[in-house]
Formats: sequence, structure tokens, C-alpha cells
Amino acid sequence: MVKMNVLIAGVGGQGVVLASDILADVALEAGLDVKKTDTLGMAQRGGSVVTQVRIGEQVASPLIGDNDVDLLLAFEKLESGRWADRLKKGATVVLNDYSVPPLSVSQGAEAYPGDSEISHLLKHRGADLITIHGSLHAAEMGNPKILNILMLGALSMLTPFNPELWIEAISKRLPPKIIEINLKAFQRGRKDLLSILAEMSAESGLEIDGHGDDCGCH
Amino acid sequence: MKKLLSGNEAIALGAYQAGLKVAAAYPGTPSTEILENLAAYKDLHAEWSTNEKVAMEVGMGASYAGVRALVSMKHVGLNVAADAFMAASMTGVVGGLVVVSADDPGMHSSQNEQDNRYFAKFAKVPLLEPSDSQEAYDFMALAFEMSEHFDTPVLLRMTTRLSHSKTVVQIHREDRQITGPGGFNRNPGKFIMLPVNARQRHPLVETRLAKLAVFAESLSINRIAEGTKQLGIITSGVSFQYAMETAPGASILKLGLTYPLPEKMVREFAAGVEKLVVVEELEPFLEEQILAMGINVKGKSLIPRVGELNQDIVRDAFESAGWIETIEKPVQDGLIDEVKTLPKRPPLLCPGCPHTGIFSVLHSLGLRRKTTIGAEAGLVITGDIGCYTLAAYPPLEAMDTCACMGAGIGQALGMEKAGINDRVVAIIGDSTFLHSGITGLINAVYNGSAMTLLILDNRTTAMTGHQQNPGTGFTAQGAPAPSVNFANLAKSCGASDVQEVDAFDIKALRSVLKSALDSRSLNVIVVRGSCVAITPGGGEALTIDTERCTQCGTCLSLGCTAIRKGAEGELTIDNQLCRGGACRLCQQLCSHQAIEQIIKKVV
Ligand SMILES: Cc1ncc(C[n+]2csc(CCOP(=O)(O)OP(=O)(O)O)c2C)c(N)n1
Repeated sequence: MVKMNVLIAGVGGQGVVLASDILADVALEAGLDVKKTDTLGMAQRGGSVVTQVRIGEQVASPLIGDNDVDLLLAFEKLESGRWADRLKKGATVVLNDYSVPPLSVSQGAEAYPGDSEISHLLKHRGADLITIHGSLHAAEMGNPKILNILMLGALSMLTPFNPELWIEAISKRLPPKIIEINLKAFQRGRKDLLSILAEMSAESGLEIDGHGDDCGCH
Repeated sequence: MKKLLSGNEAIALGAYQAGLKVAAAYPGTPSTEILENLAAYKDLHAEWSTNEKVAMEVGMGASYAGVRALVSMKHVGLNVAADAFMAASMTGVVGGLVVVSADDPGMHSSQNEQDNRYFAKFAKVPLLEPSDSQEAYDFMALAFEMSEHFDTPVLLRMTTRLSHSKTVVQIHREDRQITGPGGFNRNPGKFIMLPVNARQRHPLVETRLAKLAVFAESLSINRIAEGTKQLGIITSGVSFQYAMETAPGASILKLGLTYPLPEKMVREFAAGVEKLVVVEELEPFLEEQILAMGINVKGKSLIPRVGELNQDIVRDAFESAGWIETIEKPVQDGLIDEVKTLPKRPPLLCPGCPHTGIFSVLHSLGLRRKTTIGAEAGLVITGDIGCYTLAAYPPLEAMDTCACMGAGIGQALGMEKAGINDRVVAIIGDSTFLHSGITGLINAVYNGSAMTLLILDNRTTAMTGHQQNPGTGFTAQGAPAPSVNFANLAKSCGASDVQEVDAFDIKALRSVLKSALDSRSLNVIVVRGSCVAITPGGGEALTIDTERCTQCGTCLSLGCTAIRKGAEGELTIDNQLCRGGACRLCQQLCSHQAIEQIIKKVV
């Protein structure tokens, strides 16, 4: 039985909400119940953005409960840390290695947390932390805006949904002109996640062949 | 067909399919998307009204003329519309009239968390509370039918969580109910609320309520899910979901119509369970009514009255009462406290915001004091609601009050009349001025104020997501419209000293403001500059020449997020965020000529 609570976090302008819309579309197409809720804060741009997606046979509350996040997809490092205390024991975190300093940092009043601090927070309850160079790769591909779809590509490897469903959902949500580059970003995200997992398993000697298109996670 | 819809999208679709002809609203989170979605349909009239009261009156007129009308607003909007709303209850309707109030438990984007369910009781009109998007969609047709059948406006109450969550909706029909064009039948006894007529109407309103109470008993949206006898839960709205999540085995009385209550149903339900509890967000609206029936019920003694609920809060309440088994909680590992120490990312003015310049000038005049009691006269800035309220945060800190829309102007006059020896500046946005600032200005002129009024015309209603307003030249449905000239409007209100100034010209802002503050009579300054979100950038950005830069930090005083101070104190500009030549505020502030314009790198 699929039951999955996904939290997607980032800053305004990174396409967090669109990413969660696509994930929700995919779950619905896969015949599941889904609820999602966005928190945008007051400002239009630059503030924290978080969206919660709950997927299952039947979902009641649109909110993910305390310590009940199975998967955290974070588009920005500081924002990933902000949700560390909501992670379930043994959750998975997919983190984009990218930082956007908030005003207090760019004004020199506070320091941006270091990578070790962030990973300490995220791993506190035993989460698997998978860091990918999403922003870097999106820029290499010529368009930083495709980050959200690249991140979805990575996420897709940890969900039980068929890649066809993802491709269909992405194509439906995006204007025709930018579908092609986004589908490439999606594939790039999938590849990135796989290679990081391979690296991680080589280091730890773990077998990780289960995480693919039809892993029955959760 | 199944679709994922937000509560607001579901309302729009449901209303459209139910034959809606006229929709009127004023933007306000979390209600805004209802009208935005309706505006996309070409076979109805959807408008941004100047304020909620006007929207309500437009809805009443459409209803009197026999067509179905929808009026939507955020919870505090109903305060503004209350006079019309109460009157609509008295006259009743012809075409169905549905009023949507989107409440904001938890105050995600509001100044209070009032529970508007009391407005239904106050106005003696029926109240519907959907629990998800499916119900929001389904309840619309029902709401219009009830409105017409019982000759009453219907209040439908949403909350942020419902309005902004997407849930699966089974859509029953593709088509739209066909309705004829409007037509008006004169009926003075119904439509002219002179006392003599109103006295006839009031008893009818009471009878209507009694009939609705009977109707409530057999209405299918009030339903019982039988579970264990040990625990009975009465609930409505999104709280139903939290109750289901927490105690799926309990007996649940789920109410879709929460005013008037189906008393018989409540009594029978109460009699069939051992313990009875109401799970509701904010006020004990249901609890009080059930207690008044003489039924022993628990509610707010367990479930908080403040803030938004969730399943964990409901679970804690039930666990503490010993009604459900305690589940294992994660260890108190102090992680929450660690997370709290991370730098915050509060909402801010965008880089290139036309509001930044004027606030920076106000801040830099050297007149801002903690108090002027017993000290030198300073500068008090009464404010209002909009993006510009964000200038209250550091480093600008150039706003002293913000209460409700339009309030700043009246407050400024009140302070003057109280005899403070400071200069008082009132600041208001374009949309807010049209919403409820005009009467304040007329009043200030009339009553001999010497304030300076700043109207910040950024050519949009920015805070709620850039809606059109009567100043922008377009309607909600995208048609060109005449646009208000704010300077002329202020003059017509009786202000003789009115000036316009460019929002991005620091020198001009400073000199206009200085002479305004020296003046001993009322003056109005219209600060004009378009919102960065509606005017796409010109492809250029500014950059800092590290040779010339002395790292004095003056540019940082703008609070612009594109300007960054590095670990070594070096200053840089993020060229992706910078608005470039259309803004240039930092360039004007820099006395070392260290800031230059460049062509934006396309990454
Ligand atoms: C009675 C009421 N209705 C609606 C709102 C929501 N609201 C807050 S600010 C605002 C409009 C702001 O527009 P404007 O005055 O033009 O300022 P801007 O955000 O563009 O700077 C609205 C609609 C509210 N707070 N109160």
C-alpha cells in the first residue's frame, strides 16, 4: 500500500509549487488519493516556500503530521534545515546543493549555516541525505529555471510511479516551448540521483538495486 | 472526470456550472483565486470591485435582477461589507446570492483570525462549511438553490487550508446550468428598507430561520458516520479531516450546514454516545449552540481556541483526555530548538520595488525617534496594508502603525488632534486608497489636518498577487478601462497641494518630501513607479566596482536582497535579482560612484 508524505521546500521563484502540482498529478493518474497544500508566506518573491503532498489510498488531513515526512525535496540548503524536525525516523532527503542568502545574511548580520550544520540537522534522526548539484546542472543545461523539474527527476527515482506518468504530467503542465528542455532536465535528475546513490552504496557497501521505477517504498 | 482542484478553484467551477452570472470581489488572501478563476469565463461578469462593501452591493443588485451572484472576500472583508450584508439578509434575494468568506486561522496573511461563522448567526442567514474541494464544488449548486428557495443570502465559509489545498474532485457535469437574462420586478416592500417595510421583513427573517432549521434535519450534508459508542465527535470544515485522522473509529456527526443546526439530529447523536466533543477551529461556535441545547459537550476546554488546528493538536487533546491510546512520540531531542536558530527568511520588498526609495528617504531624514514625548519633534508614519507594510521591518523601519485597510489616514488625523508635536505622514497604496482611503482624505481636509499623505501608486494590487484595480487601466477580465488619476482625485477631495514624483528618483523624493514636511498645511504626494513583478526587467543589472567601493555599506541601508555583503565585507550585486536601469536606487545612494550598469548575463 502506497503511503507517502512529501515535503518540498525552497524559496520564492524556484518553482516549488509547480513541482508539487506535478507530483500530485502523477499520484492522481496512478489511481491514488492525494492532497497538497502550499504555504507561500506573504511576499511574492524571495520568501520561504513549502508545499506538502500526501499520497495514499485515502488521505484525510491535507497537512503532514509532526515527524511524519517520508521524503524531503529541498531546492535550497537553508530551507532544507528548516524542516529537519518534521522528518520521520529514517526519512530520505534530496537536497539541491545551492544557497540563497536571506537578507540578514546578505546584510552581514547573521551567518549562513555551513554544510556540516545543515547535514547534522538533517541526519539527526537518521535520514538518508542525498545531495545533488541541481542548480549547477540546470545552469549547465542553459536554463536555471528547469531546476524544479530536475529535482522532480531525482524524486521520481524514489517513488513507485512509472516514468511515463511523470513525462505526461510534466508535458501537460508546461507551455509547449519549454517541454523539451524540461524533459531533459527530468532525465538528468534521474541520472544524477542514480549516480549519487551508486557512489553512496560503494562507500557504505550497501546494495541499492531496489530503488527504481517500481520500488514499493513505504 | 476526476481533477485536483484547490478549494478556491472548486468554488469557481461549482458556481460557474450552477449558472452564475455576476461575480464581484475585492482581493484578499486566501480568497483571491475564486474571482481570478471566474474571470477566465467569458459568459459571465466577474469584477474586482473597489472594496468588499461595493462587491456585496453589486451582488445584491444582480440578485434583485434575478440572476445568480457570488461575492467573495477574505474574512476581514466581511467587516467592510457588513452593512450591505446585514441589509441583504433583510431584503432577501431573487436570484441566488452566495457570499464566500475565506477565514484565516493561524493568520498566515492577515491581521486577525476572526471566526466569521458568527456573521451567519448575526445576520440570520444559513452557513455552509465545506471540508475539502469536493464539498466546496458540490456545495455551490446547493447554496444557490437554498438561497432562492429560502429567499436569503447564503454564507459559505472557507479557511486558508481549504482554499489553498488541492484535493481530488469528482466533476459531475461538463455543461453549465442555463439561466435567462436578468429582469427586475419592482417590489417596494421587499427592496426598500424603510422602517415601515423593514418591520414587515424582520418576522419573515425569523420564520425563514425556523424553516431552515427544519430543513437542516434532513439535509444530506449533515451526516452521521457511526463508529464506537465510547466517543462521539461533532465537527465541520477542515476540522473534520483532523478528526478522521485522529480517531477514525469514533462516531462522527459531520455538519455541512452549521447554522442553523439540526437540533434533533444533534440530540439523537449525543444520546447515542458516551463522551461527546466538538472539534472546531477558532471559536466555540458549534459548542456554544450545543451547550445551549442543554447537552453536555466538551470542546474548547481541550482544543485550542487560538491558531490553526492540525491532526497532532487534535490527537494531543484526545490523548490528554484519555479517549484514545497514546502513541509513541519522537524523543525530545532538542532538534526543534536547533532549527529555530537558523536565519529566518521573512517576506521582504523585492529588489527593484518602487516602495523602497520613499521609505529609504523617510528613514534617512534623521527624524525617526523612539518617542517624542519630552524630546525633539520627530516623524510619525501611520501606515496601511499592502506590500509597503514590509517597510516596517529593518533596515527601513519606516512605518509605525498598520491596523486595517485605510486606517492610516484617520489615525494620522487623530494623532494630530491629540496634539503630538511630531510631523505625521500617512502612507497608503493605490488599491488601498481606492478601497477606503478616499473618505479618510476628505475627512482630513475637512477637519483641518496638516498631514502629508503619500499615495504609493505601483500600478497594481501587489500584495495579494497583482490584481487590476481602477487605477491600472484594466478590468478583472482583461478589458481596457478608464484609469483613475490619483493626483486629480486628491485635488477633488479638497487637497490643494498635490504633487507627483518618480518612485526611483531619490533626489526628487527627498526634496519633495522635505518641502512637504516643512509645509504647515495638508499636502499629498503621489509616488509613481510600477511594480517589478508587472514590468519585466530590461535585461540589464547593476554591478559594484570593487576598486571604488569603500564598503561603507550605504547601499545596504535599502534592504535590497540583491545587494550582498560577503565574508570579507566585500559588496556584490546578484545580477539575476537586480532590476538594473529601471531602479538605480543604490547607484544614487553611492557617494563613491562605485555602482555601474551592465548588461545582464544570461545564465
Ligand atoms: C478589508 C481587507 N480586504 C482585503 C485585504 C487584503 N489586502 C491586503 S493589502 C491589499 C491591497 C494592497 O494593494 P495596494 O494598496 O495597491 O498596495 P501594494 O501591495 O500594491 O503595495 C489587500 C487587498 C485586507 N487586508 N483587508
